[in-house]
Amino acid sequence: MIEVKGLNKYFGKNHILKDITESIDKDEKVVIVGPSGSGKSTFLRCLNLLEKPTSGDIKFFGESIIEKKININIVRQKLGMVFQQFNLFNNMTVMDNITLAPIQLKLKTKEQAEKKGIELLKRIGLDMHKDKYPSTLSGGQKQRIAIIRSLAMNPDMILFDEPTSALDPEMVLEVLELMKEVSNQGIGMVVVTHEMDFARDVATRILFMDDGRIVEQNSPKEFFKNPQNERLKTFLNKVI
Amino acid sequence: MEFIEYIKTGFHSTFIVDDRYKLFLEGLGNTVYIAIFATIIGVIIGSISAIVGFYVKTTGRLKPIGWIINIYVIVIRGTPLLIQLLITYFIIFSSSDNAVMIAIIAFGLNSGAYVCEVIRAGILSVDKGQGEAGASLGLNLYQIMRFIQLPQAIKNILPALGNEFINIVKETSVAGYIAIVDLTKAGDIVRSQTFDPYFSLLSVAGIYLIIVSGLSFALKKWEKRLSISDRS
Repeated sequence: MIEVKGLNKYFGKNHILKDITESIDKDEKVVIVGPSGSGKSTFLRCLNLLEKPTSGDIKFFGESIIEKKININIVRQKLGMVFQQFNLFNNMTVMDNITLAPIQLKLKTKEQAEKKGIELLKRIGLDMHKDKYPSTLSGGQKQRIAIIRSLAMNPDMILFDEPTSALDPEMVLEVLELMKEVSNQGIGMVVVTHEMDFARDVATRILFMDDGRIVEQNSPKEFFKNPQNERLKTFLNKVI
Repeated sequence: MEFIEYIKTGFHSTFIVDDRYKLFLEGLGNTVYIAIFATIIGVIIGSISAIVGFYVKTTGRLKPIGWIINIYVIVIRGTPLLIQLLITYFIIFSSSDNAVMIAIIAFGLNSGAYVCEVIRAGILSVDKGQGEAGASLGLNLYQIMRFIQLPQAIKNILPALGNEFINIVKETSVAGYIAIVDLTKAGDIVRSQTFDPYFSLLSVAGIYLIIVSGLSFALKKWEKRLSISDRS
């Protein structure tokens, strides 16, 4: 579904991503781990062009999204994203957050979008908060709403950029639970995270990034049991 | 007693004799009239240039228009308002003698550059993640601007625009240079007729002070209401 070829990204003179080639299938749950500054988030943000690659190609269902004539907004409708800082729209109620894009992009009528919104909110037990503003909610609630906001678009895949890193410890679990649930729905996932238990339980494949490269990848079992790369070994020793 | 007597005669000669209060009223009218319409023009020009400038910056398209906007802001902010007014009157519109209209255009163009900066700063004050979240859902730039960024920016922008109006009220005091009888000019004319600079000029200063303080007070109240709705 996503094919990355020779991807390079520079911020000024800093070479952040170094010639990455990788492909991710539609129903895969890929978890990306690695030390901070290794380029995980930048790699993820390149996949939906929130960061523009300096060179290389990215294909979405076989079509290059780098080319100018491609409308990236169409791609993004099918490729959701969940952010570390939640990024719920502060000027809108919970319901409006969820329905804004489906309505504005004419994918649903207002009634359909709100019906779907209630359904999704009920699923995470927050339907009574539908008319509240984000500033009155807890971090865990915000992040779960952010997740169903992207689910409301019926995406093929969702990118998660450290979704639990900004949460208080007691709220991490509720978000991970919802992510597990999403993973059982046939929606592809690419998750940048430091939650090793989540990687072990949910991932179909784990990528280890270091210094702008994917230096090792494996099934969760092998990844934790038989790490080959020296840097991965030290990394795992430190985080587990 | 002597002081009260002075006030009485000063007031009489400054405002009552020859119906001079009418001159003050005419001046005040022109000042308010110019300030209101200049602000409207300034807000229109400023909003358009800020939004177009933002579009150029985020998409990299229409770059020449971006340069024009930058030059406009640099020139206006880098030269004195009075010289801009004189250039507009004696060079750009030298064939017209509708001084009030020319003043409105000159003050409006001037204000536009400042409003542009105010709006630019207001948009930048909205967290970058808000726009990214909108983009990640497939919304286009216009939709992100319209539904997400501008509604959040407006709370920072509106009070600053109020301040801009207050500034213009004061800045119009140079309109007399192009033969407009604004409040300042009215006071100055009366000064030359009564030979009493104290009463005429201090009265003008007092009138400005009352208008500006009143506007500032109203603006503060309004700002408070905006910030209350922010917390809901």
